[in-house]
Amino acid sequence: MARDEAVRDLVERLELPFNSLGIDPYGISKKHLAVFFGVLGFMYRRYFRVKAAGVANVPGRGRAMLVGNHSGGYALDGAMVITSMLLEMDPPRLAQGMTEKFINMLPVGSTWSSRCGQLTGLPEHAERLLMDDRLLMVFPEGARGTAKLYKDRHSLVDFGTGFMRLALKTKSPIVPLGFIGGGEAVPTIMNSSTLGKLMGVPYVPITAYGIAAPLPAKLVVHFGKPLVFSGTGDEEDSVIIGYVDEVKARIAELMDAARADRDGSTS
Amino acid sequence: MKVLIVGVGGALARMVALKLREAGHAVIGLDRRPWWDAPRDIQVHEVDIRKRAAEDVFRRERPDCVVHMATVNALSASGEERARINIAGTRAVFDHSVAHGVKHVVVVGRHTYYGASADSPLYHTENEPPSGIGNFPELADLVAADLYAANMLWREPSITTTVLRLVYTLGPSKTGTLSSFLRGKRVPMVFGFDPLFQFLEEDDAARGITLAVDKRPRGIFNVCGPMAVPLSTIARETGRTVIPIPEPILVQMLGRFGFPKLPKGALEHIKFPIVVDGSAYRAATGFVHATSEVEALRRYRRISPV
Repeated sequence: MARDEAVRDLVERLELPFNSLGIDPYGISKKHLAVFFGVLGFMYRRYFRVKAAGVANVPGRGRAMLVGNHSGGYALDGAMVITSMLLEMDPPRLAQGMTEKFINMLPVGSTWSSRCGQLTGLPEHAERLLMDDRLLMVFPEGARGTAKLYKDRHSLVDFGTGFMRLALKTKSPIVPLGFIGGGEAVPTIMNSSTLGKLMGVPYVPITAYGIAAPLPAKLVVHFGKPLVFSGTGDEEDSVIIGYVDEVKARIAELMDAARADRDGSTS
Repeated sequence: MKVLIVGVGGALARMVALKLREAGHAVIGLDRRPWWDAPRDIQVHEVDIRKRAAEDVFRRERPDCVVHMATVNALSASGEERARINIAGTRAVFDHSVAHGVKHVVVVGRHTYYGASADSPLYHTENEPPSGIGNFPELADLVAADLYAANMLWREPSITTTVLRLVYTLGPSKTGTLSSFLRGKRVPMVFGFDPLFQFLEEDDAARGITLAVDKRPRGIFNVCGPMAVPLSTIARETGRTVIPIPEPILVQMLGRFGFPKLPKGALEHIKFPIVVDGSAYRAATGFVHATSEVEALRRYRRISPV
């Protein structure tokens, strides 16, 4: 269960190299984090009543990759996983996701994603963050994952392989996670690329009730034990795909466990 | 060692000249601009590097090392003139250096080489190609000068070439891109964007350049110091007020109401960061900045109040 400790205090306890102005070398700002997690913390604790299991599987320090499934029409899942790392870990950690390029092109989106450590999804960023012993969050389904419709909410689309090569190259453990409930929170019936074009985003999810404001569905995330693969990242595709399939299978198991957990619980 | 500084009329170049002189080097300067209060033992030749007379300086003085600091950016010169200064000037520096036995050439370029865009990574390393020319064509001649200097590494192996890509500077001279931006009480920013800016206090920047003269590292190096800071923080910590203006309106305001007339691409540089990784230069020369970003901003607030 998420602690009730004030978000501001948790941000203070993050073990990042902030300078005296409260800014770290990636431009992450304590002030922005406090506001960001103030909002997300409310959503996490009160609105979605997120249940996170297996948080102890996430290493307390050092590089690691959180690798999970997408659940929900936009980055709701990522936002809640990041929040769980702050609210539930002791000491708290900042998970850093890889955002779509368009976010950095949007006014306000650009500033807030940068100040909260959510950098544009570039291989250079991912590698540097890991080499700096940060906690990286990756969704190998990519945008195809968030575009899943309600009826496909428990499925997994194809995984990219870049994350596995990166994990091998940087010798980073992979913490698999299964996320459930995003499909119920944002029950997408179709995605409108026309609206997306107008708004400068790839697509806009449309729900049965029109707009894609999230419903207060119960969200559950299960973190699995770290998976460690050895290699250089330069292996043949067939080897890499084998490893990726292992991670994918583990994530599918964690999704099933999270589903059973949610459906068995009454809260 | 005899060191010739090309572009010695610039504020940072003068600081480099004084530091090299202090360290016991024989320093001579070359610039079309005068340096009125230059120390007696620094002889300044008032000639344009692209003119015939400049070669005579190389021939007569026979410097061991040349520090090339005579490049300009889109803020200080426009169009063809800028291209001539940057490209023809850099070529002249190398032509004369080759012809007159110079052993080491240091080219002081800018980190803006990498360009600013939504999808460019934080922490550029020296291996990256320039990517900002697409949205900011006015950078092209600085990029060309950098690349021209860099290819001397293989074209003229007899000369040790050091190409530096230096971050913005901030300090008492109150010159340079960042200082120009902080000139007024109000600092216009693009609404919703707040890029990281990386800068060195001027004294650190000058020391960083003199280290290249002393250590003679061969290759291309990013030169940076303290960690990058958001532009809004720089403005606030130096006592300025940030005025966020939506981009379409800001574009219309450029060149009017006291706003500088900037090429449209220059806006990308106040929307997206250019942050470099300086570890290669640190390893090659041992360069470490003395003034932190917080202290540099505090000092600037004192010396440049609004």
